Amino acid sequence: MERNVVVSRRRKTETTAAKIDGFDVLPADSEEAHVLAVDDSLVDRKVIERLLKISSFKVTAVDSGRRALQFLGLDEEKTSSVGFDGLKVDLIITDYCMPGMTGYELLKKIKESSNFREIPVVIMSSENILTRIDRCLEEGAEDFIVKPVKLADVKRLKDYMMREVRIESESNMNKRKSCCDLTESEPSISSSSSSSSSSSESPLRAPILSSSAPSSPTPLDSPIRRLKMTPTE
Amino acid sequence: MDVVVQLQRQLADHTASLFHEGFLNDQFNQLQQLQDESNPDFVVEVVSLFFEDSERLLNELAKALEQQAVDYKKVDAHVHQLKGSSSSIGAQRVQGVCIPFRNFCEEQNIEGCLKCLQQVKHEYSLVKNKLETLFKLEQQLIAAGGSFPTL
Repeated sequence: MERNVVVSRRRKTETTAAKIDGFDVLPADSEEAHVLAVDDSLVDRKVIERLLKISSFKVTAVDSGRRALQFLGLDEEKTSSVGFDGLKVDLIITDYCMPGMTGYELLKKIKESSNFREIPVVIMSSENILTRIDRCLEEGAEDFIVKPVKLADVKRLKDYMMREVRIESESNMNKRKSCCDLTESEPSISSSSSSSSSSSESPLRAPILSSSAPSSPTPLDSPIRRLKMTPTE
Repeated sequence: MDVVVQLQRQLADHTASLFHEGFLNDQFNQLQQLQDESNPDFVVEVVSLFFEDSERLLNELAKALEQQAVDYKKVDAHVHQLKGSSSSIGAQRVQGVCIPFRNFCEEQNIEGCLKCLQQVKHEYSLVKNKLETLFKLEQQLIAAGGSFPTL
């Protein structure tokens, strides 16, 4: 039985499930992390949706970068009359090669947005091209998955998300305890940058300590280094 | 019970040959792992989507290659899509033909493209046939009261 990925809510909002503009809108009060999946291929959308759901994520799947931006409320041309604040997106996973807006362009738009730049973005591509991978990472992508996507790839994402949650809740814990005497030693959260070139300065992005990890974060722990490098055909 | 055993064996043999002959690869196993009691028809559903998508793409490819002035970018885009979806379900041979196909597109080689189109159509119909047989066997097995392991 898969454990649910628990994420703490950064914004407290109330929503109810509804159908808005053709999107199936999910209730935001659940404990499961919500992933926005973007892929123009119907077959791939079905597969990624199932991969994510079976890994206990909530999923919204859209067929273009444009729709993704609309869903987030970032599309300049079309401002929805309904606010999407309640539908917190915890992760965006997008195909690279798409007609219209590529995954790379979508990534840029998200990282340029003050509201959404903190959301981790993962790129999927059938082509294992190093320059492409580097470009995406430089733009702030969290990870790059070579298609076809497998369960192990989604599990890796899930592990990453759970570590993110652990940092956040530990950091909250530290804040709460700051006025009390600490009798136990607490794990120190290193905010030293991994070899990632992420533009975010949030300490949440740093590799964290967990009971199963080595006592000091290594570059290998960084999600950005954990690339799936499969041989090209 | 005999019928069930027989069907199980038939199914196992058929599945094994599909992998052995390279029609399917490990990605198909991945799909089977995504099937469970809550989603008992997942593989059939995805493969059906693949069939629909491929047939559309093959039609588009034929049309595009018939044109006086062939738009190779368009042809390449279709082949790219076909390569992607076949890869996602593990249809290895179909995926395999797409690679030289894309190369011919880049070279704007009409002969090469037409040849690849024939090949990919051939591989597609082979794998379609075999997958339909697979699903039929599964249905027969379930109807006979048996079940098949989902790896």
